[in-house]
Amino acid sequence: MKQTAGLRNGSEVIEEPVIALAGNPNVGKSTVFNCLTGLHQHTGNWPGKTVELAWGRVRCGDREYRMVDLPGTYSLRCHSREEEVAADFLLEEAPVCVVVVCDATCLERNLNLTLQILEHTGNVVLCVNLLDEAERKGVRVDLEMLHARLGIPVVGSAAGCGAGMEELKETICKVVDGELSMPPPREPACPRQLVLLAEELAVQTVTWEEKKRRNAGEVLDRLLMRPLTGIPILLALLLGVFWLTISGANYPSQLLQQGFDRLGIVLREWAAGWPPFLAGLLLEGVYETVTRVIAVMLPPMAIFFPIFTLLEDWGLLPRIAFLLDHRFAACGACGKQCLTMCMGIGCNAAGVTGCRIIDSPRERLIAILTNAFVPCNGRFPAMIAIITIFFAGDSPLLAALLLTGVVLLGVGMTFLSSKLLHKTVLRGEPSSFALELPPYRKPNVLRILLRSLLDRTVFVLGRAVAVAAPAGVVIWLLANCADGQILRACAGFLDPLGLLLGMNGMILMSFLLALPANELVLPVLLMQMTGSGALATVEETGALGALLRAGGWTWKTGLCTLLFFLLHWPCSTTLLTVRRETGKTRWMLLACLLPTAAGVAVCFLVNLVLRLVC
Amino acid sequence: MAALSCTMDRLAVGQRGRVCDLGPESAMRTRLQDLGLVEGTRVQCVLKSPAGSPAAYEIRGAVIALRQCDAAAVLVAPETL
Repeated sequence: MKQTAGLRNGSEVIEEPVIALAGNPNVGKSTVFNCLTGLHQHTGNWPGKTVELAWGRVRCGDREYRMVDLPGTYSLRCHSREEEVAADFLLEEAPVCVVVVCDATCLERNLNLTLQILEHTGNVVLCVNLLDEAERKGVRVDLEMLHARLGIPVVGSAAGCGAGMEELKETICKVVDGELSMPPPREPACPRQLVLLAEELAVQTVTWEEKKRRNAGEVLDRLLMRPLTGIPILLALLLGVFWLTISGANYPSQLLQQGFDRLGIVLREWAAGWPPFLAGLLLEGVYETVTRVIAVMLPPMAIFFPIFTLLEDWGLLPRIAFLLDHRFAACGACGKQCLTMCMGIGCNAAGVTGCRIIDSPRERLIAILTNAFVPCNGRFPAMIAIITIFFAGDSPLLAALLLTGVVLLGVGMTFLSSKLLHKTVLRGEPSSFALELPPYRKPNVLRILLRSLLDRTVFVLGRAVAVAAPAGVVIWLLANCADGQILRACAGFLDPLGLLLGMNGMILMSFLLALPANELVLPVLLMQMTGSGALATVEETGALGALLRAGGWTWKTGLCTLLFFLLHWPCSTTLLTVRRETGKTRWMLLACLLPTAAGVAVCFLVNLVLRLVC
Repeated sequence: MAALSCTMDRLAVGQRGRVCDLGPESAMRTRLQDLGLVEGTRVQCVLKSPAGSPAAYEIRGAVIALRQCDAAAVLVAPETL
């Protein structure tokens, strides 16, 4: 029997068969997905639901099928949103074939999910992945026996190096074409029976060869778990990542900016005959804003995201969650929140989306609402510039140290506000917490570079450019209509509040105008300070410092602006993501209000103390 | 030797035990079952975080971190070290 899933495209329904990829978390499911679909994939909504899934296409001879990468789950019993999605998809869309990816090194537990899926459909292909890792650990899996016991095709693979992928694809095609006889769905059994059946199957098919050698991972784990060494290792890691990002992104950013400037001159000559208003709007407004966002954001992201993906694939991130969980538990939050915070350093919108890994809705909300307390990539360049100008001089190491300090302050504020939320609007007991610590795995560097560049960097950059273009129009109009009067009037109106917070009206106005993208704050500020109608370019930090000082900035202004950079409303993309993830406008407003209130309070107090002391 | 039972969070790092009671019906109990933990399963405590909670247990080949309060709901018969 063949069933097809409806792909709702607007109102018309296209009948197109779907192949689903399921499996436990951390079994290399995404790698298998990438191998099978190549680069023909995208993240998109499951039609009719607000759940994003990774979709791709698989070619079988002359036919193409849609393949969906379901969220990694331990069961279909719906504890978390991921499990709900996976279970609903299998039930409602009835895929023509389900590929279950298993980890050969802990097959027993993976078989539990396989048996649950077999209760829904018999058209299952079992992919026993990570055979290379299993071999290193002395684990052998009898694939023939597994096939004989379950009655479904079983393919061994090591997707990390592409082994077994062709065979898997051929097997999937055979199942879809109905060339293999597949078993009917199994009779439903109770959870305990399934576990025992999985155990029995594992006993028959898996053999262990005891290897006593203690691996490097265990040593590192032991070091991480000692109070004296654990936290320092984490801090050093954070510092190292920042240092690499800062020192590595500097030069490419300048190169990009110079290139864009040159292109801008060419474009201006080319547009010489255009009406001045149109040319100004498009070139000084849109072009300048968009290229600045790209020049400032692209290099740090192109360095940060691959490093982050590297740590993720290596298996370090869950250990960080493990190490810090008790602190989050004390704030009524979940240890996995620190993973979403790490993602937030790359991009707050990505961090908010990442909160899906947290099972309990209450703890997920805490993580979503407090994500903007960790500074994102868009804020880093300006923060680094301020640190360099007023505090660090020309020592990149000192700059990285100070930046780490600022980020730690953000982490502290996250704990404080999580606790505040836990005590007020999001009261409740901490929920159960089960976090898998996967073994350390050697990451595939090439794949990481490619994937993090495509999935994260281009995605985040594309979104930033999409908001920067209209923002450029608004900023240019404000600065040029009525000779910039409107902008000056707004800044003047905000001046008393700005001064109260240790800044001034222009700075506050820049923060407001940069709502679409934080990286616009500094360019908009310079535009106001130089009184030009276009975003101002300052090539070196030295010149920028001179300009700021001439504009009346002292180190106190620098400090308060730096703090306000850390603690203010998240960008519009993040806010919209919060609304999409929570489904409620009031949570979006709270996500905006919470960091802003913290920033106003902190800046006001710092300014007050500085005035009293100096 | 007649093993006395204790709660799972009392297992020392490196110590093994056999589950004798998974505790009362709860979301955590179902979660543990999904991870392959049922009466009779052997577990080993492999890591403890500096604060003592959470601790990591090897359950059927995978290492799972559980908070102390959750691990305390499970009764195990410890094996002597």
